[in-house]
Amino acid sequence: MALEVNGTTIETDEEGFLVNLSDWNPDVAAELAKGENVEMTDQHWEVINFLREYYDEYQIAPAVRVLTKAIGKKLGPDKGNSKYLYDLFPYGPGKQACKIAGLPKPTGCI
Amino acid sequence: MSDDMDFEEGGTVKKFMFVNRKAPYGTIYALEGLEVVLISAAFDQDVSLAFLDDGVFQLVKGQKTDGVEMKNFSPTYRALEGYDIEKLYVERESLEARGLSEDDLLVDVQVMSAAEMGDMMSQQDVVISF
Repeated sequence: MALEVNGTTIETDEEGFLVNLSDWNPDVAAELAKGENVEMTDQHWEVINFLREYYDEYQIAPAVRVLTKAIGKKLGPDKGNSKYLYDLFPYGPGKQACKIAGLPKPTGCI
Repeated sequence: MSDDMDFEEGGTVKKFMFVNRKAPYGTIYALEGLEVVLISAAFDQDVSLAFLDDGVFQLVKGQKTDGVEMKNFSPTYRALEGYDIEKLYVERESLEARGLSEDDLLVDVQVMSAAEMGDMMSQQDVVISF
């Protein structure tokens, strides 16, 4: 599969995750979000940026449980809960948000 | 050691120890072992990691993998705390034989003698070696 962004072809795997993580930029994220029917708001970007920082530091995409806890720590308990994150990313903050953030599928994500 | 895993609802919590004996690169054992550990965290079991022999190199600071063209996954050991995996045991004899000390490691660990490590292993319900 592939994605067309600003005239550049971006390679994705059979589930729509980026093949080369270095291909990511905000325009690519917007295009990936469109494919997921997610309307990106500041709240969405907050989670996406958090995920990218997490990956940068630890070299893995966090499990949902770990993500939820870490978001709560950084952005407050009103955001560090499943309801908030699932409202933003209905198909799972792990899978869907990681995809838009250009990260690999979370380890242990079934 | 037993390999019957009981993850039924309300099932008993077992003590799992993942034993790492191999250098981080050159074989896939260390990376695969780490992934299994991260997945195991989802099952709310009592998980610990042991590092012995060349496995102690997995935790050494300042790994640079450009030359071997493999991803440097050592930062992921620092994520274990967020997964509530906080029992990391390192065998003192293995460190010393390689000229290493606790200061050379990138995470907080408990250093113990081979004998203490043996005791620790005998207390486990499941020991899985990588």
